[in-house]
Amino acid sequence: MESTVEMRHITMAFGANLVLRGVDLNIRGGEVTALLGANGAGKSTLIKVLSGLYPNHGGEVVIDGKQVELETPAVAKKLGIQTVHQRINEGIVPGLSVAENLLFEKIAQNEMGRVGSISKIMPQAMAVAASLSLNWDEKFMRKDVYELGIADQQLLILARALVEKPKLLILDEPTSALSASEVEHLMEVIRSMRDSGVGILYVSHRLSEIDAIADNLVVLRDGVIRGEQAQPFDWTNALGQMLGEDALKDLESITEQRGSQTFLEIVNLRLFQRSRPFSLSIRRGEVTGVIGLLGSGKRKTGVMAIEGRTFDPKHPSDAIRDGVFMVPEDRVSSSMFPQWSIASTTSLPFLAQLSRGFVLGFSAEKNRASEIIEGLQVVATGPDQEVDALSGGNQQKVVVGRWLKGLPQMMILDEPFRGVDIGARRTISLESRSLAESGSAVLVLTSEVDELLGVADRVIVLVDGEPKLDSYITETSREEIVGIMSEVA
Amino acid sequence: MSDRVAQMEKRAEIKNRIQDGLVKYGFIAVTIGLFSWFALTEETFRQPSTLFSMLKFTSVVAIVGLGVTFTMVVGGLDLSVGSVAGLAVTVSAMMMVIYNLTGFFSGVMVLVAGAVVGAVNAFLIVWLKIPDLLATLGMMFIVMGLKLLPVDGQSVSSKMILRDGSVAPGKFTEGFRAIDRAMVGPIPLPVIIWLVLTILAWFLLTRTRYGRVMYAVGANPEAAKLSGIKVEWYRFSAYVISGLFAATGGLILSSRIGQGDISAGNSLLLDAVAVALVGTSVLGIGKPNAWGTALGALLIGIVITGLTIKGFPYYAQDVSKGLVLVLALIFSFTLSRKKARFVPAT
Repeated sequence: MESTVEMRHITMAFGANLVLRGVDLNIRGGEVTALLGANGAGKSTLIKVLSGLYPNHGGEVVIDGKQVELETPAVAKKLGIQTVHQRINEGIVPGLSVAENLLFEKIAQNEMGRVGSISKIMPQAMAVAASLSLNWDEKFMRKDVYELGIADQQLLILARALVEKPKLLILDEPTSALSASEVEHLMEVIRSMRDSGVGILYVSHRLSEIDAIADNLVVLRDGVIRGEQAQPFDWTNALGQMLGEDALKDLESITEQRGSQTFLEIVNLRLFQRSRPFSLSIRRGEVTGVIGLLGSGKRKTGVMAIEGRTFDPKHPSDAIRDGVFMVPEDRVSSSMFPQWSIASTTSLPFLAQLSRGFVLGFSAEKNRASEIIEGLQVVATGPDQEVDALSGGNQQKVVVGRWLKGLPQMMILDEPFRGVDIGARRTISLESRSLAESGSAVLVLTSEVDELLGVADRVIVLVDGEPKLDSYITETSREEIVGIMSEVA
Repeated sequence: MSDRVAQMEKRAEIKNRIQDGLVKYGFIAVTIGLFSWFALTEETFRQPSTLFSMLKFTSVVAIVGLGVTFTMVVGGLDLSVGSVAGLAVTVSAMMMVIYNLTGFFSGVMVLVAGAVVGAVNAFLIVWLKIPDLLATLGMMFIVMGLKLLPVDGQSVSSKMILRDGSVAPGKFTEGFRAIDRAMVGPIPLPVIIWLVLTILAWFLLTRTRYGRVMYAVGANPEAAKLSGIKVEWYRFSAYVISGLFAATGGLILSSRIGQGDISAGNSLLLDAVAVALVGTSVLGIGKPNAWGTALGALLIGIVITGLTIKGFPYYAQDVSKGLVLVLALIFSFTLSRKKARFVPAT
């Protein structure tokens, strides 16, 4: 018999902030239900309620007609709700082997008896892997999980959640770190789980994935379910429900601009040890989008020059002095300071300009922050609000805005749209494009074709560390780009 | 249903207000409460002379604690401050008693010694990449032992017999002893030094680019680096400043004792770290700050003075210091809805 997990009027408040305002949702076994929502809509909170992390929620959860109390994560797991969280690090135990990680719950609950050696648990681990159609051999099972690539780690976490066949499996952005072929593999695993009767709640920002895998689509906004539909999905309708009707204007339509003046000249760059070196020039006045970098190592050799002068930054401060600014990939670890206000966060790289001598200019700093908030439509109470308190999309606007405001000669955005809702994505795209229009060079690195097409004038596709396509978007097509990317994979 | 929601929201907000108020003013309320209780019940406690001697006696810990505050701001912790203060005592005594140098020159040498130890700490931490706690723990032992070498493990006092059998030629100069004894009006000089250094540290940390960057380095060194900050240099400077402050505290201590007591400063470390930690919870700031450290030192001073006047035995002092610290940590970690961040990662 297939199970049903029902949520009845789930509410959850943090202090005065009511994040879930009464969610009613049924997830049936044997179906994939996709949960769509902008950042701050309450998706993560809902997931945490179901994982047993917020026992003081309001409303009730009913599994197979019986009301349950999700008091702790352990209770939730016992009741058959397994969650694969977005952050891989939260799901694996470094220092232990793949086999031990796979059976970790059983080991932790003493179901395996006193485990002395890895050989003892190996038969069971192999059996589990086989039942999930993962062809992992014994050598792989003995590896420390730390040695695994991100894709394998992701599969391991998923496998771990499936060891005890769950009634409900929650996947929170499971593909955000995976490449296209790895995603395909994951999708197959998900489909086979579904066909065996597991109910799956699939949370993702990637619409194409949802379209490919989900049977039902649920849209959450401001802590309430705004819409439900079954395949085939009406995306215009769903996006409208997700963003509020007015936010959905000309997301994809861009007018191509071409620059003629070279800003950065890259000569004989070698990205991998075995890849062929290549040369490339990044021009002012256009947005250059690079796709296909994921999984690249840091090893590189080559020479760079900015408008005739050698460019060889030894420290980020060197690049900043030359007007080359970068927004790194992971905003929390690379751009944010816990409990810092928007004003302090945005002013940090430009303190010298905002100070009188050695003394900070507080009002200059605040004015600048207010301009950023206004310019990028950041939803915030003001320059003094802490960046941590903002939703993901607004955080991203702040960390992008702080560099845009510094009038870069060249702006590098590394995966600027990851984990960002469509509204914020649109704002950041438009700002990048108007920066290019004003004469700067803009370089966007991404692993999503749709994101690329929504921002770039010129597209470079890297395969195995070498450019396989370098073209303006009016001269290429989505199909061509996808084709080149999947050629080797 | 919306009624219930509104009610929940209201109740949650009231609870938060109370909690935030407690975090913000609870610590100050405890300080004022204790002060009033001692002042009302003990005649001696409320006399100005008692209060000034309390401030004077607290100033050393407070100044050393200010130095610790700087290292906590950059996300570290300096465990060598007690031994640096002890080093200051021995160095100043050697300079004046054995080498018969001037008090001024001795004072300068003490500050140089403090800065050098700070620089070595920084070198171990920043370039040799030893975790802060461990590197400064090692330096604590090294400094504690090293200072005994030139004096053969003896305390240095005037007219002592030297290795070659001669009598030490010098003594603590009057000028040097005045550091602790001098008064500015009714206020002892060490209290003035404490106040000036607190204002200086407050200004540096909150009103200048330098301070802002220091906090950035402590909050997220990777993000600071990507903002173009030379993180190493700022961490280096924090340890040098810590060494200088510890040496300044030691200077006052030396002037007070009037001889090169080899055990001086040994108990300072825990007190100084404690006041800096207590300081993070004052006003619910949740991060190391200059006025917090000053208030933390003041509270511990009040408690110790009050209990001593009330006739508690000396060993009650450590218990009460510990209780103050734990109370402060409860404010920062348990009650505060912000996450406190000042414990270095080892």
